[in-house]
Amino acid sequence: MSKRLTVLGLAASILASSLMMAAPEAVAQESVYVPLFTYRTGPFAGSGIPIADGMHDYLQMLNERDGGIGGVKIALDECETGYDTKKGLECYDAVKPKNPVMVNPWSTGISLSLIPKASVDKIPVLSMAYGLSASARGDIFPWVFNPPATYWDGLAMIIRYLGTESGGLDKLKGKKIGYLYFDGGFGKEPIPLFEQMAKDMGFELKLYPVPPGEMQNQSSQWLSVRRDRPDFMVMYGWGAMNPTAVKEAVKINYPMDKFVSIWWPGENDVNGTEGAKGFKMLNWHGIGTDYPALKDIQKLVVDKGLSKSPKEKVGELLYNRGVYNAVLIAEGIAQAQKITGKKVVDGSDVRRGLENITLDEARFKAIGLPAFAGNLQLTCKDHNGHRSAFIQQWDGAKWVKITDFIEPMPEKVKPALDEAAREYGEKNAGWPKRSEACDKS
Amino acid sequence: MFYRETGQFKTNYADDMAVFPILQDRLGIALILAVAFVLIPLTGSNFLLSSVMIPFLVFSLASIGLNILTGYTGLISLGTGAFMGVGAYACYKLTTLFPEVNIVVWIVASGFFSSLVGVLFGLPSLRIKGFYLAVATLAAQFFLQWCFTRIPWLYNYNTSGAIEVGQRTLFGIDVTGPKASLEARYMVLLTLVTVLTWVASNLMHGRIGRSFMAVRDMDIAAELMGIDLLKTKLLAFAVSSFYAGVAGAAMMFLWYGGGEANDAFNINQSFLILFMVIIGGLGSMIGSFFGAAFISMLPTMLKFGLPALGIPLAGATAEHLTYILVGALIIFFLIVEPHGLARLWQIGKQKLRMWPFPY
Repeated sequence: MSKRLTVLGLAASILASSLMMAAPEAVAQESVYVPLFTYRTGPFAGSGIPIADGMHDYLQMLNERDGGIGGVKIALDECETGYDTKKGLECYDAVKPKNPVMVNPWSTGISLSLIPKASVDKIPVLSMAYGLSASARGDIFPWVFNPPATYWDGLAMIIRYLGTESGGLDKLKGKKIGYLYFDGGFGKEPIPLFEQMAKDMGFELKLYPVPPGEMQNQSSQWLSVRRDRPDFMVMYGWGAMNPTAVKEAVKINYPMDKFVSIWWPGENDVNGTEGAKGFKMLNWHGIGTDYPALKDIQKLVVDKGLSKSPKEKVGELLYNRGVYNAVLIAEGIAQAQKITGKKVVDGSDVRRGLENITLDEARFKAIGLPAFAGNLQLTCKDHNGHRSAFIQQWDGAKWVKITDFIEPMPEKVKPALDEAAREYGEKNAGWPKRSEACDKS
Repeated sequence: MFYRETGQFKTNYADDMAVFPILQDRLGIALILAVAFVLIPLTGSNFLLSSVMIPFLVFSLASIGLNILTGYTGLISLGTGAFMGVGAYACYKLTTLFPEVNIVVWIVASGFFSSLVGVLFGLPSLRIKGFYLAVATLAAQFFLQWCFTRIPWLYNYNTSGAIEVGQRTLFGIDVTGPKASLEARYMVLLTLVTVLTWVASNLMHGRIGRSFMAVRDMDIAAELMGIDLLKTKLLAFAVSSFYAGVAGAAMMFLWYGGGEANDAFNINQSFLILFMVIIGGLGSMIGSFFGAAFISMLPTMLKFGLPALGIPLAGATAEHLTYILVGALIIFFLIVEPHGLARLWQIGKQKLRMWPFPY
């Protein structure tokens, strides 16, 4: 405890602060800085890698093909979070001084921690189809976006599908539905709505939580499934939880066509599991490389060695999910440029841009992704869109779309959403009232 | 040459028994405090404050807690993460039930709830020792973590299951919530850590600390000397959990600013803090700080420092490299000095006293 420590401490702090000061200058003036929070390590890497590649490659392709967006290059930067909230916050603090136009946390846990910061730091949070469902309410969460559907919409669509499978929603009465979920914020969120539906429709709900540390060991949950014999299984999983669940379901001979998941499994999760054929999941966008934009990615990014993705993985389900996310990023920036007339936009501009995203058939065609996904229109009130999705089934080698777009149940979801948003504002004393003006579109 | 106590005469017993008997040490501490309280908040970048200093301080507090139990009393615990969680949830419940009371009061008070739980799970320590006690505290870890997810009352029935940190002020300045400035959060945390370290240091230098160490060195001998084992061990659990609880509350309220808490206080967290204590040095206050710095600062520095220095590293590579480097360094330090960084520090100081004429 002498000078030596002090000197060391001093040196370390000076070094550290000078390092951190130097960082922002690295970003060139004429660019829009888009940090991508990704995870290529840890138990969620299996899902995280294709998503990261999809996001990165689409934006890189825009840089290569169009010179960025509206003539401004996109400064891409990846920060590894490992799906860990602590590291996510570190990444956020590291990118904050470089004036990012938005952050994509790619973890419900990180989103939950960033939501309160968004309005203060003026950095929009784009949590595509994850995060806090209540943040769909643009009037309460002006800085948070979670298009194209919330987890509650997803649940409503799954239940509606199970209804049609059984011959009508009223036929669900007396049925037993099992819910296998990631025992964290993401999996727990739909439970109140699920319970409400069970009461309204008269089905029995069985809960099978999978603790985050036990994702790869689900034998006890599936033992209970075998005992309870639910008529349907619904799954909300991510990372290593998905392939494990599929394997366990096969092991206990659970009928795979009664097993429906939310939109997060990918090919890797079912591929290689004998008997996974018949597994179903929600999805809202196209798969494959049969789109001009994806052809451009192959030509301009992957073939040139600018991507980390293996060639054959381009166009896979989660890769294209990443592409969809990148499309939202690009559209948000493009809209912001259109509204403000500026070329180099900042976080506040992009917030307005995201609020005015209009992705219709014509627009999808124009960006080289014809019929890639359903229309999406965000407004200043609605930051989600509550868009419909379809069910696809694994045929042993690829996903096959087996239904049309299924509408969610706004009459059930909306009251729950309003209640959750109101509660959030109430519990977070001092939650700011929306002060940002709405754009007339 | 510079670090020598020659000419510093002690004229009374109080001076002789001081925690820092040497003038240079006292000056050093004053300098460290000055740097921490003045220089860093004034000149440090936001990143330094938010991602380096605040985590370091939170982990220091938790390590001090575990060091009191494991280092000073010789009781191994694998439940530190859970005890931190108790503090975080207690603070959340308290501040939502009584929002008018100052948040800093609640952060400290939540330590007492953690103490209570710690004492409860410390009860078996009278009968079981060593690895078996570690397993018993592991039960605390799993049970408490189960409570954090399964008892919705703890997180106020939030659908997301997350702790939501509202806006709270101290002297009219926001210290929690999204609007709280980093400097405010840092200063509150630093003050807490400084005061609690001072308390812990005095506790360990006094009768209580001596009875802890007596129990650690040989509990039968301690009992023969008139130390009540039950009381002493439970007190160690109480004090240790108190520190862990305050650290947990500070982590959620001053660092994370809310979020999914149950996963933040998992078994990995317990292990991490145990590693900090082992690498820092068992039974040493400064070791707790060294350990926390080593385990919490180093990965951040490597991940963000190397690219900033011009060594280009993509996110995932940096992550892998961090794992390799930190792992290698842990092994290196444990081989060079099994008694931790604190012992290295002590040796360094001893050498410095002889320098430049060692005999």
